[in-house]
Amino acid sequence: MSNASTNQETVHKVSFLDRESLHIPILKILQADGTPYEEAVLPQIDEALAKRIYDACVFTRVLDERMLGAQRQGRISFYMTCTGEEAAILGSAAALDDKDVILAQYREHAALRYRGFTTEQFMNQMFSNEKDLGKGRQMPIHYGTAALHYQTISSPLGTQIPQATGVGYSLKMKGERNVAICYFGEGAASEGDFHAGMNMAAVLKSPVIFFCRNNGYAISTPTEEQFAGNGIASRGVGYGMHTIRVDGNDMLAVLAATQQARAYALEHNAPVLIEAMTYRLGAHSTSDDPSGYRSKEEEAKWREHDPVKRFKLWMINKGWLAEADDEAMYERYREEVLAAVKVAEKIPAPRIDEIIEDVYDEPTPLLKKQLESLKAHVKKYPQAYPKTAGRL
Amino acid sequence: MAEMNMLQAINSALRIAMEKDPTMLVFGEDVGHFGGVFRATSGLQDTFGRGRCFNTPLTEQGIAGFANGLASNGTTAVAEIQFADYIFPAFDQIVNESAKFRYRSGNEFNVGGLVYRTPYGGGIAGGHYHSQSPEAYFTQTPGLKVVVPRNAHQAKGLLLASIRDKNPVVFFEPKRLYRASVGEVPEGDYELPLGKAEVVKEGKDVTLLAWGAQMEIVEKAAEMAEKEGISCEIIDLRTLSPWDVDTVAASVKKTGRLLINHEAPLTGGFAGEIAATIQEECFLYLESPIARVCGLDTPYPLIHEKEYMPDALKTFEAIKASVNF
Repeated sequence: MSNASTNQETVHKVSFLDRESLHIPILKILQADGTPYEEAVLPQIDEALAKRIYDACVFTRVLDERMLGAQRQGRISFYMTCTGEEAAILGSAAALDDKDVILAQYREHAALRYRGFTTEQFMNQMFSNEKDLGKGRQMPIHYGTAALHYQTISSPLGTQIPQATGVGYSLKMKGERNVAICYFGEGAASEGDFHAGMNMAAVLKSPVIFFCRNNGYAISTPTEEQFAGNGIASRGVGYGMHTIRVDGNDMLAVLAATQQARAYALEHNAPVLIEAMTYRLGAHSTSDDPSGYRSKEEEAKWREHDPVKRFKLWMINKGWLAEADDEAMYERYREEVLAAVKVAEKIPAPRIDEIIEDVYDEPTPLLKKQLESLKAHVKKYPQAYPKTAGRL
Repeated sequence: MAEMNMLQAINSALRIAMEKDPTMLVFGEDVGHFGGVFRATSGLQDTFGRGRCFNTPLTEQGIAGFANGLASNGTTAVAEIQFADYIFPAFDQIVNESAKFRYRSGNEFNVGGLVYRTPYGGGIAGGHYHSQSPEAYFTQTPGLKVVVPRNAHQAKGLLLASIRDKNPVVFFEPKRLYRASVGEVPEGDYELPLGKAEVVKEGKDVTLLAWGAQMEIVEKAAEMAEKEGISCEIIDLRTLSPWDVDTVAASVKKTGRLLINHEAPLTGGFAGEIAATIQEECFLYLESPIARVCGLDTPYPLIHEKEYMPDALKTFEAIKASVNF
């Protein structure tokens, strides 16, 4: 009977392993001042790629700032920021082919922007208007688009992890030269789906990159209360998976690791785990107040490791960005986002008929009957249903 | 036509579907070389290779999540959950993910071409972890189709239709009948329609409604009733979600009486849903209260299986009570 995990070495005295037994180094390429470490091996990156990444960084910063404001003003019901994790998201997204399938958790809109999701598309989703690709069925930030190979966000935590294993296996069986990438936080790694998905990917040989954003907190729960092992990376090794830990605030380190992870996954039809050590600078969501569970000093300390700033300094050092251009870019996006908010909030809600669509490929007779009855009721009491009554 | 038992019919359906759809994969616990604990997938790995018919690790939630991922990327997925009793670890992936993939994405993504096959039901001295009928948990979930065949012929035709349906299907197989139900089954490809009930026998005094393994129970009860001069109409619902209200209502309007039989516990069972709808549709036609002959509100027992079962005798008594109301 074969058992690949059996250690052939024998000892004759009791000797336990513990979490320190596994030495997991952390890949760093960029220093805080934007210059690479002396011995660092840089990823494949040229000016055009750097600019595409940086453009998505600035857009995401602006979007987060503006939409947080919009939520506070009551214009949208909910929002989540990517702030502090831009390098983890964009460094990895930029290493992919645009047809690699992204299965995100919920905080990865920077990757969606990188793929080409327009400002209007972001707004239509958040305002649940009739142009929303998701037809107003989910809370703000649950984006998804088949055209950009970005699967629609689902709220239950960790469900995308075994799904990514399935997507990867599907790509492999179709003979497509693409991988799936699956984002999740270190908190989601406590769910059963995480174990199920990772183990199945390793055993069934699915080309998928599991990308853990270890950002310090699962809502209010710090990592010390979330897991007792050597981070999430140690588990990748346990599942028999190629694993790396990177500085998640270092754009070039994440890019380098993901470029090589992708090549490995494709060549070997095997999964890879990347643990990106980062910090969620913002609140978990707009329903959360981090001052209740962590100090301002701690946050301030992490602001010094701002991933966007570090990458920006590198770009300036390379001569690919000027401070003045950077400011202009922020200003342009502030105007663009604000204008898009004003347009999107005036677009009407989807028609009531859509409520029964997409439950099945065709509405069932019972659903049609329920819709007719609902419409008759709305007609009778139009003032009680202002979003749809005028558009029956 | 060939003589087949239900397992052979299911195997034949899977084989035909895999031949015609080169993307289709069959997987689950022990389904590879061994052919599944009930041998429904026998020989498929030999024919189609380990890439298309394979064992998974022991993880129902993983199997379901993996199946969702496959189907969302356009790969036809037929996942076996070894016993319906063990479907609950996969519950979230099925009811929150499979069922809502199309709806929550506004049809950007869907998991049509995904079937969860799972043996359900008692009568095999299996105790509560090998005998449950959990169909009602799934009929409450919009977006899923729930299908239960009653014999070998149906199992093949309904399974082929389920695999080719554009929606995710939970396909409950009555394991008590796996080998016991033998009949003529076409060797070729055919489908039976989903969402359509079958009038198995016409009658005029009372409508008996059941599905899956309980069909032979109501047929037996009907024979007993016929001897006492009661004419029974028998309907097999076949698909529980979405269910065929029209066929059932038309029958009840004719007979004036309805008896629903299922193996799952009475409370919260699918019979309650049918009874509520039919009293709405047929209120002025009903000659007696709608009767439910169901399992007890206990976990499925081991030694008292016979007492627990909504068997032919209990059904016969309920038919008489309904007719003599």
